[in-house]
Amino acid sequence: MKSISLTLKIWRQAGADAPGAFQTLETGQLSTDMSFLEMLDVINERLITTNQAPVAFDHDCREGICGMCGSVVNGEPHGPEKRTTLCQLHLRHFTDGSTLVIEPFRARSFPVIKDLIVNRSAFDNIIAEGGYVSVNTGSAPDANATPVSTSRAEQALDAAECIGCGACVAACPNAAAMLFVGAKISHLALLPQGDPERNRRVIAMVRKMDQLGFGNCSNERRCEDVCPKGVAISNIARMNREFLRAITLTDKG
Amino acid sequence: MQLDARIPLGPLPEKWDRCRFETQLVNPANKRKFEIIVVGTGLAGASAAASLAELGYNVKAFCLQDSPRRAHSIAAQGGINAAKNYQNDGDSIRRLFHDTIKGGDFRAREANVYRLAQISNTIIDQCTAQGVPFARDYGGHLANRSFGGAQVSRTFYARGQTGQQLLLGAYSAMMRQVKAGRVQIFARKEMLDLVVVDGRARGIVTRDLVNGAIESHTAHAVILATGGYGNVYYLSTNAMSSNVSASWRACKRGAGFANPSFVQIHPTCIPVHGDYQSKLTLMSESLRNDGRVWTPARADDQRPPHQIPEQERDYYLEKKYPSFGNLVPRDVASRNAKEQCDQGKGVGPTGLAVYLDFAQAITRDGEAAIRRKYGNLFHMYEKITNHDPATEPMMIYPAVHYTMGGLWVDYHLMSTIPGLFVAGEANFSDHGANRLGASALMQGLADGYFILPTTIGGYLGATPPPPLTSDGRSTFDEAKTLATARTNTLLTIGGQRTPDDFHRELGLLMWNGCGIARNAHGLTEALARIPMIRDEFWQNLKVPGTGAELNQTLERAGRVADFLEFAEIMVRDALAREESCGCHLREESQTEEHEAKRNDEAFCHVAVWELDADDGRPKLHKEPLSFDFTTPSQRSYT
Repeated sequence: MKSISLTLKIWRQAGADAPGAFQTLETGQLSTDMSFLEMLDVINERLITTNQAPVAFDHDCREGICGMCGSVVNGEPHGPEKRTTLCQLHLRHFTDGSTLVIEPFRARSFPVIKDLIVNRSAFDNIIAEGGYVSVNTGSAPDANATPVSTSRAEQALDAAECIGCGACVAACPNAAAMLFVGAKISHLALLPQGDPERNRRVIAMVRKMDQLGFGNCSNERRCEDVCPKGVAISNIARMNREFLRAITLTDKG
Repeated sequence: MQLDARIPLGPLPEKWDRCRFETQLVNPANKRKFEIIVVGTGLAGASAAASLAELGYNVKAFCLQDSPRRAHSIAAQGGINAAKNYQNDGDSIRRLFHDTIKGGDFRAREANVYRLAQISNTIIDQCTAQGVPFARDYGGHLANRSFGGAQVSRTFYARGQTGQQLLLGAYSAMMRQVKAGRVQIFARKEMLDLVVVDGRARGIVTRDLVNGAIESHTAHAVILATGGYGNVYYLSTNAMSSNVSASWRACKRGAGFANPSFVQIHPTCIPVHGDYQSKLTLMSESLRNDGRVWTPARADDQRPPHQIPEQERDYYLEKKYPSFGNLVPRDVASRNAKEQCDQGKGVGPTGLAVYLDFAQAITRDGEAAIRRKYGNLFHMYEKITNHDPATEPMMIYPAVHYTMGGLWVDYHLMSTIPGLFVAGEANFSDHGANRLGASALMQGLADGYFILPTTIGGYLGATPPPPLTSDGRSTFDEAKTLATARTNTLLTIGGQRTPDDFHRELGLLMWNGCGIARNAHGLTEALARIPMIRDEFWQNLKVPGTGAELNQTLERAGRVADFLEFAEIMVRDALAREESCGCHLREESQTEEHEAKRNDEAFCHVAVWELDADDGRPKLHKEPLSFDFTTPSQRSYT
């Protein structure tokens, strides 16, 4: 088993309104099989037993699927590995003796709660505006009554893979949420079930996104670059088309 | 404790219909006067919150994550069962019921399981209508695969992320009700206590995980959909924050806890690799379709796998179970892996792993074909372990995956506390001792979308609870004071050990004493050891910071404190169940072929634990199970 030693510069901030600063910590020798979050666990155990405040960070499933974890490591949301959430990043991808700068996702619409934890409830607020199909429980027709072509279903699923982690926002120079919103718009616009509310949905979600202070896409493609699920920027293009279509239609239904 | 399961009379297929007919209705104008609390926003919680709000109730939904979309249901991979018979391969509600009751090793209620099979079809319709992108065949219809050893193709799936897509469906249905003003979301709040007024559940006490505020919330009914307790073992496939606190607090308020020792151990997980490890990752069971399981034939063979010649390998599953081979059920595969490791034949740096070898399949079908089938899993394995399963065998070991015990509920999903309903993995489930693949998602959604919206109406309609005004104020205040005091105690012990340190110790003890195989000796030892760890916890715990801020160490301390109490009842239950059934091998109860031996004479019951109101000691009650429509038979894989 190989081991590695790193210098960590971690963002510490006691609360939303408190000033923040980097704290430098030496990891000592750690196994390269360890995951990034396990490294933070080990550091935290050490901090606690030496009467210091542990680093607050969000995480839950540690399988790369819940979307709860995520910090910026050396300028990259979720760290240097492509298509990987922070919880699935292992120390073997770092060089012995190097320094890692670890920061929270930064965006005006994601205020810092503490240390590496930010508030991403803006995403829930956007979904509440129309990221659903309005169907009451118990009134659905037989699932096979509406056929959906394989390619449509697969494209919808490509978009639906978004885990809502917010890395796209953190990576974007404009702090745009358009990859997240575009993914949901695409997912539902591609399926016949989402069709009746298609116009209303895209207008409401885009307006909400603007209102919550997210910026607009300027084709930097950083979102696609850092997305742990590989959600494609073409979803933003589709969202823009859907939006134009919806606002230019006289019948908004 | 009265255990009236309230199973409707009549033939199986008519019971649910009869229940719905006999259940009181609530006038639509009155529904908006009722408040319902839902704790947990996974498949069961989110679907219940959405459906109840659609009916007109006011719902308050609580989760401890930053967003309700993060509930651990999201990590379920395989699929969801339904008796649609779209493949015309002979499936039916009756067959799904039969497979499920048998898969539960006859430790579940017939009526509940039949209802589950009935509802399964409607779940698929509902989810499809919500825009869940299930896999399709080329005609545009839903695709199916077989799963969990079933002989019919009844599993619906969305790549390897069925749980994620179903959860997002339920979450979006709930968010629609948020917009409509019928659901209020309380994220980053943890339930610390249940409030019972005049014998009825009337609310909860929570801690705001951001600012530490201890608050109380009132309601006419409370639903717990807080998942399972697998994290009692410290290492499991559960999300890190999954815990038993809400269920255990309810148990301390008088709710019966059923079959706490029923835990599903999954055979194909990535093995533990270091003492810093925080959780285990499940690999899909489908790998055993092509992978061959083996260990070195002699103990302590340190050679790397490719240096061990064919004749010095023990393909133990193929040898012992010629007709099932590597595809034996989860419990059998898990148990045999442990046996191999106990004999010193385990592989890898810890000796706690067996090989799952694809070499023969690759020679037979070509590497490209195998990668097409299992590419994502190979990638995941390589990512975590840095080894390529196409060039060397995978290493796997069993891990705690799903808990079948939970709060006892009747046919209406109501616990022994009136007004407290329990859904999904948090209840003792319809599945009994051994859960089949693709049925957990089915149960969570059946409970949330279809059962609770009916039965809660029945509860509220039959004997409407009093208004929420000043009723029981003192009880709420008392519960808040208790929760505050408990939190303060955790903060002021000022010892040397962290909550995780205690948790690891407890987990290892439980894994060794109450894990894959149990015996009276090991269980008795664990029972003696748990109170000692608990005593030390309350004297030597270290939690930095204060209660008035985001304090993750404090959160963990509270959960570990509850695990330390709950573990004892798990062990007691395992000790009392002197039979093997489903996943649970009680070593004293084996067939001549060393397989699990059920004892229907003595243990055909649900074991329900009640904490004595005076001294807090656990008391065992039994709900007998009867099988009128199926015939219990012993399982055999030889």
